[in-house]
Amino acid sequence: MASKVIHALYTDDDVLMQAVKDTRKAHYHIGEIYTPFPVHGLDKAMGLAPTRLAITSFMYGVVGLAVSIVMMNYIMIEDWPQDIGGKPSFSYIQNMPAFVPVMFELTVFFAAHLMVITFYLRSKLWPFKQAENPDVRTTDDHFLMEIDVENHSVEELSKFLQDTGAVEVNLVDKQE
Amino acid sequence: MYTLPNKLKLFAIIFMVVGALGMVVGLMNAPGSKEEVKEMLANQEAHHGDSSAHAEDVHHDEEHVYHLYHQLQNRPWSAIYVAAFFFFMIALGALAFYAIQHVSQAGWSPVLFRVMEGITGYLLPGSIIMFLLLALSVFGINHIFHWMDPELFNPESEKYDYLVAGKAAWLNTPGFLIRAAIYLAGWNLYRYFSRKYTLKQDEVGGTHWFKKNIKISAAFLVFFIVTESMMSWDWIMGFDPHWFSTLFGWYVLAGMLVSAITVIAMVTVFLKSQGYLEYVNNSHIHDLAKFMFGFSIFWTYLWFSQFMLIWYANIPEEVTYFVSRIEDYNLLFFGMVALNFVFPLLLLMNSDFKRVNWLVIGTGIIILVGHYIDVYVMVMPGTVGASWYIGIPEIGAMLFFFGLFTYIVFSSLTKAPLLAKGSPFLEESKHFHY
Repeated sequence: MASKVIHALYTDDDVLMQAVKDTRKAHYHIGEIYTPFPVHGLDKAMGLAPTRLAITSFMYGVVGLAVSIVMMNYIMIEDWPQDIGGKPSFSYIQNMPAFVPVMFELTVFFAAHLMVITFYLRSKLWPFKQAENPDVRTTDDHFLMEIDVENHSVEELSKFLQDTGAVEVNLVDKQE
Repeated sequence: MYTLPNKLKLFAIIFMVVGALGMVVGLMNAPGSKEEVKEMLANQEAHHGDSSAHAEDVHHDEEHVYHLYHQLQNRPWSAIYVAAFFFFMIALGALAFYAIQHVSQAGWSPVLFRVMEGITGYLLPGSIIMFLLLALSVFGINHIFHWMDPELFNPESEKYDYLVAGKAAWLNTPGFLIRAAIYLAGWNLYRYFSRKYTLKQDEVGGTHWFKKNIKISAAFLVFFIVTESMMSWDWIMGFDPHWFSTLFGWYVLAGMLVSAITVIAMVTVFLKSQGYLEYVNNSHIHDLAKFMFGFSIFWTYLWFSQFMLIWYANIPEEVTYFVSRIEDYNLLFFGMVALNFVFPLLLLMNSDFKRVNWLVIGTGIIILVGHYIDVYVMVMPGTVGASWYIGIPEIGAMLFFFGLFTYIVFSSLTKAPLLAKGSPFLEESKHFHY
């Protein structure tokens, strides 16, 4: 299904931020925004739901902690107990301080790596992925706001976007 | 201008009076002679009602009585020392944090400068009290510093202690007092001039006093990091004169900073709730809570680094420190690690929680209790050994110094407008948002 969208291009992130606020106030629907760099506060201005990435990261950290506990118990206590520094490792709890650095590292490792992988999956990024930017200039110095036309008048909408400071306004047929 | 509410004044005075009574009772109840200790032990046994079973121990070997006598005599003094040091350390930590704000030319914090200056207002009274306490130990009024016994340095004496005598170049009473005077003078001079310069800055504006403040703050930080470390050896590590730890200065510093930042956050939230500090928004609280979280983790890192290396190496003269704490102070020693690590970790991890005032206050109370116990567990094993107890002397000293601290901090807040209006970064700070 093809839908009509309008691409409004901006050259300044502050102008873009104000345009986003005005556009939402005028009850137009912003489909997506493409920027050359992360714009601080843009997600809030667009009204996006807060990220749940932090929660997944916490859970991954807990998984990492659990893995390290089980792993050190298997390696150092069950499978091959050794006497290191006069501390024979027959008891997990008595040798626990020696395992804390491992627990810490694996917690960080799991939390960081799995969080990044989750982020890639959630943003649909993988190797050889085709870029989604509709305009190559958004990788350089332009900011692109995509607004759904829906049943608004194209002329009125274009006029409105020009007034918000857009340097270019294009009507595009979007292939889904 | 902030005026000291009468209720707060009354509250602080009540704490001081009750606390002072507790301290006096504690000092009066300390045994005056070895005979009293013997009598006490006999009573305890009679109380248990099985004195016959202990018939052969009844003569209580003299050494035990001697030790117990000294420990019980040390107890009220140690309790006062812990409380005096804890509140002094908050003022000192706040001063260091304040100096860091100047040197880094932080843009977020100028609206909090007067809160920090209010807290460092306790530095001078706290310094005088600390110096008096140290002087009392040096002049033999109390014996909480074991190494101050001259017999330990006398090869003829049967109490001669080879290890302590070897440290005579550092562990000697004139040096101890001179060093204390140098540290305290340096810190107080910085506090005096920095405060003077910010007030001047408010008056005349421009950047002249601002730049001067940066310079003295940088000089202070260099002086501070060296003297703070030496202070921690003198004033705390000295309680266990055989033992040493190379990261002890950092450990004390971490506890000091996290307590100080917590108090800054709590005073800020309190003043905000009273309708002052109109420019402080929840992003400032968020930043302070981030520091509370970060320094709690840093403190735990140092606690564990110190513990694990000594535990693993298991060298007798190093490991005694932890043996006495784990055997005699088990609950306090591990409990305070949980208070200082697990609670801040879980309560302050969530970004949104750092903006919730009551959560910051609640976690702050846990952190302060935890670090009070930390100081307690650093001092007590070296002074009272296993004869510790949390009773009237300990609670009295804590209440007294809490009252004094509250009174002085809030009355020094009244001495200048709560907004440091001359700071060149004030606009940035007012509009700070995260």
